[in-house]
Amino acid sequence: MYNILIGGEAGQGIDTTSFILEKFFKKSGYYVFTTKDFMSRVRGGHNFSLLRFGNEIITSHSNKVDVIIALNDETIELHSNKLKDNGFILCDSGLNSDGPQIIKFDINKMAKEIGNINVAGSIAVGVILKMFNENLDGLEDIIRASTKEKNIEVNVKAVKAGYGIADSMFLSKNGEFSDWMLISGNKALALGAIAAGVKFYSAYPMSPSTSIMDYIASKSNEAEIVVEQAEDEIAAMNMAIGASFAGVRSMTATSGGGFCLMVEALGLSGVAEIPVVVVDVQRPGPATGLATRTEQSDLKFVISASQGEFPRMVIALRNHTDAFYQTVRAFNLSEKYQIPVIILSDQYLADTSSSVKPYDLSKVSWELPITAPQKEEEYLRYRYTDNYVSPRLIPGKSRNFVTADSHEHDEQGWICEEAKTRVKMVDKRMKKLERLIEEDLQDPEFIGFENCETLIVGWGSTYGAIVEAIKNLNNDGKKKYGALVFGDVYPLPEKLLREKAMVTNNIINVEQNATGQLASLIREKTGIECSQSILRYDGRQISAEEIVSQIFKGGDQ
Amino acid sequence: MNTFNTYKTSWCPGCGNFNILKCLKTALEELDKDPYEVLMVSGIGQAAKTAQYISANSFNGLHGRALPVAIAAKIANEKLTVIVNSGDGDSYGEGGNHFIHNIRRNVNITHFVHDNQIYGLTKGQASPTTSEGQVTRIQPNGNTNLPLNPILLAISAGAGFVARSFSGDTKHLVSMMKQAISYDGYAIVDILQPCVSFNKINTFAYYKSRVYHLEKDYDSSNKLGAIQKSMEFEDKIPIGVIYKEKRNTYHQQNITLSDSEPLLDKKVDLNIVQKLIGEFI
Repeated sequence: MYNILIGGEAGQGIDTTSFILEKFFKKSGYYVFTTKDFMSRVRGGHNFSLLRFGNEIITSHSNKVDVIIALNDETIELHSNKLKDNGFILCDSGLNSDGPQIIKFDINKMAKEIGNINVAGSIAVGVILKMFNENLDGLEDIIRASTKEKNIEVNVKAVKAGYGIADSMFLSKNGEFSDWMLISGNKALALGAIAAGVKFYSAYPMSPSTSIMDYIASKSNEAEIVVEQAEDEIAAMNMAIGASFAGVRSMTATSGGGFCLMVEALGLSGVAEIPVVVVDVQRPGPATGLATRTEQSDLKFVISASQGEFPRMVIALRNHTDAFYQTVRAFNLSEKYQIPVIILSDQYLADTSSSVKPYDLSKVSWELPITAPQKEEEYLRYRYTDNYVSPRLIPGKSRNFVTADSHEHDEQGWICEEAKTRVKMVDKRMKKLERLIEEDLQDPEFIGFENCETLIVGWGSTYGAIVEAIKNLNNDGKKKYGALVFGDVYPLPEKLLREKAMVTNNIINVEQNATGQLASLIREKTGIECSQSILRYDGRQISAEEIVSQIFKGGDQ
Repeated sequence: MNTFNTYKTSWCPGCGNFNILKCLKTALEELDKDPYEVLMVSGIGQAAKTAQYISANSFNGLHGRALPVAIAAKIANEKLTVIVNSGDGDSYGEGGNHFIHNIRRNVNITHFVHDNQIYGLTKGQASPTTSEGQVTRIQPNGNTNLPLNPILLAISAGAGFVARSFSGDTKHLVSMMKQAISYDGYAIVDILQPCVSFNKINTFAYYKSRVYHLEKDYDSSNKLGAIQKSMEFEDKIPIGVIYKEKRNTYHQQNITLSDSEPLLDKKVDLNIVQKLIGEFI
C-alpha cells in the first residue's frame, strides 16, 4: 500500500493532479482512496490531497506518507513530519527546501518550455507514474476527463515530459480493482437518489453538500429530473414536501446551517405525514463554523430538531457503499412510513473518492404510495389503520380529495382541536416508529473479536478508520478488540449493542465532536456508559493510527 | 358543469373573506374546472383557511410558505390547477422572499392575496401593507414603516399577470380570478378586503369609496404605464389587470418538463442508472 500527499496553494491544480493519478492507479487495478483537505478559498492558502492505493481494500486515509508532491515550500514545512523513513519529497528545483529525502526536478522550467506554468502538476504526475512503473496507455482520455479541451495537448505533453526524466522505483502491482467504481461520497449519494427515482431536487448551495446538486443537475436531462435552486433552505424543504405531496420522489440536501432553516418544515413533513428525504452533510458549526471541514456534531440536533413530537429516522452514512444503498433505502422507508428520513453524511465522506464494488441495481426496489382509488369506503387521508400508516393518494390521480395540514387534524385532514382526536393522532404517528424499529431498523455493523475485551462504538464516516484500527489492534495480539459502527442511528438500534455490552464494560466511543453525542444518546436510551472517549473536533478526520495511539494513551493496552 | 361545495367557516361576520370564497367558487365553476384536479395551497392566517372551505385537494402548510409548496406541486403534476390563497402577512411578510423569487420562476400557478392591510389571526398588528401612521396595539404611536406596494413589487420583479380587485365587487373579482387562473404563468391578484374586527381604517366603506375600474383605454401591456398606475393608492385606488405580458413559463423552459408527460408519470430508467454507474468504472 502506498500513500502520496499532493500539496500546494488553491489554484495550483492539486485536484487535477490527484484526479489524473488516481485514474491511472485505478486503471492498473489498485484500490484507490483519496481524501481532500482544503481551505474555504478559491486562490492561495494551503490545500492538499492524500492518495492512498494498494492491492487490498482501503477504508480510510493515513497520515504516514511515502511520497510528497510539493508544489510549494509550505507543503514541505507542513507535511515533512508525515514522511516515512524511506519516503521522499518531489518538488521543483526552485524551491528553497533541502534535505536528504528531497528529490528536485526542473519542473517549472519544463512547464515554461511547454508553454504553460500551470502544467507543473502534470509534469509531477509523469514523474510519479514513471516511478511507480505505470504505462501511459489511455493518457489522453484521462486528461480529457480532467481539463478543458484547449488544455489537453499541453497537459499530455507535460505528463510525457515528466515521465521521461524519472526512473522507475517501485514494482507495479496489478490488483483486481480495475473494474470497480471510483466515486466520491456525495456522488454516490446522488447516484443512489437517482436510482431511487428522485424526480425533484431542490436545494440552496452550501458546502459541503453542493456537489450532490452539481451531480444531479448534470444528469437531470437524461434522467428526467427537475433540479431547482431554491431562494433559501426554507423554500428548498417546502418545495421538496410540496413535490412529494403531489406524487414525485423528492430530496433536498444541505449542511447544518441550512438544516437549521429547514426545521419548521421538517415538522410539517412529520405532522402531515408526507415523505421526504433530507441530507445533512455535516461540517463544523455552530453558525458558519469551518465551511470546508468535517465534523459529526449534528446528531443530537437532527434527532430532536423542530418543536413538537413526531416520528423520524436518521441514517448515518459509513462509506461509499452506504452512500448509495442507504440513500435508496431512505426513500423507501420515508414512503413506507410517510415520515421524514434524514441522511447524515459529512465533509470527509462527501469529498473522499474511493474504489467501490459497482452498485448492483438488482438490489434496488421501490416502495410506492397507494395510488388505487378507495372504492368501498369514504377516502380518509389520515385514516386510523392497524399498521398506523394511512393510504396516501396522489391529488388529481383519483376521484378523491387529498388533504394535508400543518395543524393537528382529524382523519379527513381537517383542522381539529378535539382532545381525543389529538391524542389518537399523536399515538398513530408515534406508533409508526415502533413498527419501523421492529420491521426495518438495522443493527450497527460489528467488527473484530466476538468476545472482545474492549468495544469501540462509532457512527457514520469514522467507520473506515475504526475498521483499520481494529485490524491493527487485533494484529498486535495483546488484547481482543471489537467495534460497533452505527449506520441507523435514530431510532437507536439497541439489540446488538446490549448484547455486546454484556461481553465487556470497557467501551470507548470514537466521534468527531467535542461532547460525545453518540455516547450520550446510548446512555439516554440504554443506560450503557462509555468508559473512555476519543473525540476529535478540529475539523480534520481521525485516522486509524490516531485511534490506536489514543487507545494506548488511555491505558488500554 | 362541475360544482364546488363550500363548508362552514370560522370567519367573523362581515369579513371580506366570505365574498372572496364565493367568487372563487363561481370562478372555478365558470371555468368548468374539475374539483379533483384543483389544488388549494395556503399558509397560515384567516385567508389561509380558504383551502379548507372549498371542496378540492388542499394543502394547508406553514405560515409564509405556501408558494414553495404550490410551485413544486405544479412542477410535479402540471395537470393540477394550483391556487394559493393567503393573506398579506403570509404572502408579503413571512413569505416575502418566496414572493420575489417565485415571480422570477414563473411557474403556472395563481396567487390570490387577501389583503386587509392588517394581521387578523394574531389580532390586529401591522402587516406589510398597513398604512404609515396607523395605530395598532403593537404600534401605539402609529406605524412608522412604509407600506409595501405589492403591485409595484410584482411588476418590477417580472410578474406577467398583476391585478388588483376588491372583495366587495363580485363581478370584478370573479372576472379577475378567471383571468388569473387562465393566465399561463404566475398570476397574482391583490384583493383588497375589510377586516371588520381589527382594521377600523380600511373599512368596506373606505375601499368602496376609493376603488375604481381601470379606464377602458388603459393599456395593461405598457410596463412603465403600469408602474405609474401601481403607485396610485391614495384617494383613488385602481382595480383591474394592471400589468400583463406573455412570458415563458417554468415548464416551457425546463427540458425535463417540456414534453407533455407530467413529472409524476416519469419512471426511473434503470438503463440510464446503469450507464451512470458505468461512468465511474
